[in-house]
Amino acid sequence: MIIRFNVNGRDTKLEVRGDERAVDLLRETLGLTGTKEGCGTGECGACAILINGRARLSCLTLAAQLDGHSLTTIEGLGTPEQPHPLQQSFAEHGAVQCGFCSPGMIVAAADLLIRNPHPKREEIREGLSGNLCRCTGYSRILDAVEKVEER
Amino acid sequence: MPTGPYDIGPAHVRLDALSKACGTERFSADHYPPGLLWAGAKRAGIPHGIIRRIDTAAARTLPGVHAVLTRADVPGTNRQGIVHKDMPVLCGSKVRHAGDPVALVVAENRDILRRALELIRVDIEPLPAVASIDAALAEDAPFIHAEHGSNILLSAEIRKGDAETAFPDCDIILEETFFTPAQAHAFLETENGLARLDEDGVLHLTASTQAPFRDRFEVGHALGLAPWNIRVTSPFLGGGFGGKDGATVQCLLGLAALKLPGRTIKMWWDREESFLAGYKRHAARMRYRVGAMSDGTLRAVSCLLQFDTGAYAHLGGEIMELGMEHAAGPYRVEHMDCRGECVYTNNPVAGAFRGFGVAQVSLAFEGMMDRLADRLGRDRLDLRRQNALRRGDRNCAGVTLTTSTGLDECLRTLRRHQFWTTRNEWKQAAPRFTRRGTGMAAVFNGMGYGRGLPDNAIAKIELAVNGRFIIYSGVPDMGQGNASTFAQIAGEMLCQDRTRLEVVQPDTEISHPSGSASAGRTTYTYGKALIRACELMTSKLIRRAALMLMIDEPGGFTLVPGAVRHLPTGKEVALSAMAVMLPRDDRVCVSEYLMPVSREVPPTGKDFALGFPHLIFPYAAHLVRIEIDEPTGLVRVCDYLAVTDGGRVLNPLNFHQQIEGGVAQGLGFALMEGLGTCNGQLITKDLSTYLIPTSLDLPDTVSLAAETLEHSGPFGMKGVGEVGMNGPLPAVASALSDALEAYIDRAPVTPEAVLKLLSRGGQA
Repeated sequence: MIIRFNVNGRDTKLEVRGDERAVDLLRETLGLTGTKEGCGTGECGACAILINGRARLSCLTLAAQLDGHSLTTIEGLGTPEQPHPLQQSFAEHGAVQCGFCSPGMIVAAADLLIRNPHPKREEIREGLSGNLCRCTGYSRILDAVEKVEER
Repeated sequence: MPTGPYDIGPAHVRLDALSKACGTERFSADHYPPGLLWAGAKRAGIPHGIIRRIDTAAARTLPGVHAVLTRADVPGTNRQGIVHKDMPVLCGSKVRHAGDPVALVVAENRDILRRALELIRVDIEPLPAVASIDAALAEDAPFIHAEHGSNILLSAEIRKGDAETAFPDCDIILEETFFTPAQAHAFLETENGLARLDEDGVLHLTASTQAPFRDRFEVGHALGLAPWNIRVTSPFLGGGFGGKDGATVQCLLGLAALKLPGRTIKMWWDREESFLAGYKRHAARMRYRVGAMSDGTLRAVSCLLQFDTGAYAHLGGEIMELGMEHAAGPYRVEHMDCRGECVYTNNPVAGAFRGFGVAQVSLAFEGMMDRLADRLGRDRLDLRRQNALRRGDRNCAGVTLTTSTGLDECLRTLRRHQFWTTRNEWKQAAPRFTRRGTGMAAVFNGMGYGRGLPDNAIAKIELAVNGRFIIYSGVPDMGQGNASTFAQIAGEMLCQDRTRLEVVQPDTEISHPSGSASAGRTTYTYGKALIRACELMTSKLIRRAALMLMIDEPGGFTLVPGAVRHLPTGKEVALSAMAVMLPRDDRVCVSEYLMPVSREVPPTGKDFALGFPHLIFPYAAHLVRIEIDEPTGLVRVCDYLAVTDGGRVLNPLNFHQQIEGGVAQGLGFALMEGLGTCNGQLITKDLSTYLIPTSLDLPDTVSLAAETLEHSGPFGMKGVGEVGMNGPLPAVASALSDALEAYIDRAPVTPEAVLKLLSRGGQA
């Protein structure tokens, strides 16, 4: 089937299969490999993207469900040359180690900040609890989100 | 924004942080070259059995299937393994665990691959599953590796003094048996890679691997290829922790590529396959007997350590060695008799994991110290300080500590901290229906490969034509930040800012063999080699600059960001100007370093051909404050303090990242993780049944450095990748015993286990 959607500001029209997952469409068809896959069953959060401004798991979303919607992936948030404040903050606060969870974590944090621009630390904990990180122990991730506006 | 040199000492931001945060860093899993094919393995599904027949006919005829391969298609030895080559690439006659691969399918896409794998019929005659250490050691147990003639992979002994004759003189003797489960690495990027065989006969592998240079030999041996015809590249890993040290996808991918020349083949294990077929931490049983004098002096330790290596050896013997070498803890003890048995079972394959045998024994030796302190009516921390190893002491394996030994400083720092000084008030202030406890642990972790396996690295640095320096890393970066630290070392040595430094990830064609990313050795060994390479580079650039500036002798020169400056005249030559003048050969410097080994030859440990003993140890003292919810048994970790002696800190950001990460994994090991198997079959197949800590489960760890000077190390450092893992389990056990007045002898300490202890009125 043909779907139309907007990804990172660009209107896109694509033919997709009915059983195709959004994560595969992004990574393989569109080359947006910043979105990661860590489990494929919605448990780790590494594949999170923003759909109409809300964090959604692209491994549990069918490509067809993207029809008519607006997507932002980690690449759409910012680039190394012009990073999103969260991306900059993650780098500066040491919130990135292996970095495989970082895109999903940053997307989840972006979603949190849209809904709650000044979250308390415990609210950040809660808001990011669906995203697993195996490297950091989370403290510096919480720091990065907490202090993102201080600069 | 002007920046100074990317030098040693400050908390510089890692070079890889921003590209990872922006999703532009490409991991192995992120490669999808045009026309790629997908490979997948058919797994046995039965933990132990004889293969009668593998029917691949239906799979072969499925449109879109390019190859269906079985044992008969494997050239070479079909055997992989780091020390013992006992693991088939594809099983032909026997399966030894449920995740054993029996066939390999290559297909046009993943849908066809999945259907083809389902169409393969495997007929296996089941044998009794050997599902535990006791089952493996039973007299009538079937042999898992008949050619080995025993289910004991390695039986070994480390002795110091004579424990048996020392025990009767001890004032107090305590005994206990401890258990720790298999633990999954659960890195976010599961095992994956790509392979392609080119017309010139070179096999190209890109893999998420901790040991690209060793992989060449693994693949070459297994598939009958010359290692120099195999090129391995290792992009940044999405986590490793030991689980990508040793072949995962490499040989299977190599096999597929050999059969389909010119095609790029990708294999990416899904989470369930990673749990099933990936390596795990060894489950262990540890029987301890400890003798001490009434004044608290540790006198004798006798222990039996048993490790379950699962179906294949991997590094089972070497992991057991490290556990045994650390068996009596970081303490002075005159007599130790440690026996070890590493046994084959039909459980998932165990291998390297951060803490490498030491994470297990840390529960045991620290558990014994708590019991001893309580029996003697002594303060738990003071008893440890009384016995703590100091430089010049012989450790429990009889090796003199000639290098930095900062345990006592770690313990003193911990003792001064308010978490320790306020522990009694804090405990008394527990809210209703909760109990509180404070626990501590002293731990260490030998660094490097140990004797018998030269721990060497070869560093290469190039002045590129654009005037920037390129460091060709020979050791992968699995997330610990060594690549960035390499840049920092070069920045310090060559006085360059971060924009003038670049690190190329390992590629066996252009970087030099530097061993595996493991054993806390990565920054230490490669860093030392890199310092020497930078010295050569400096000396060379100064001599070339003198020629270009027509200055008679190369004195009075210094490197500054982007240039070489002649101090007496103030003249400068830009590095970019020099680079275009010099031929490539002249812009490259290579140097190497070999980690020192102990010169002592203790009359023990002869069972270990390699890995015994170690010379350099990082140390740590950990403290945890926990709160127990009485109605549910839930344990909340309120506060965590880790004080670490890792020598000098080169970058506080990277240093604390390593400690905090180790603590997080250690707290998972203590409170929730444990691979579930039933008669050799995996029960915990996903991240909803195998739980790892979330942001709600962990405290904000306070990490402090108790710096020593490790004279042998680069800028005085030693590796801290592993030691942070070893503290949490014994510290949590210690805190629970403080709160419950009952001792913990096994991990993980689940709410069910806590409730059981509570219902017994605190009696374990």
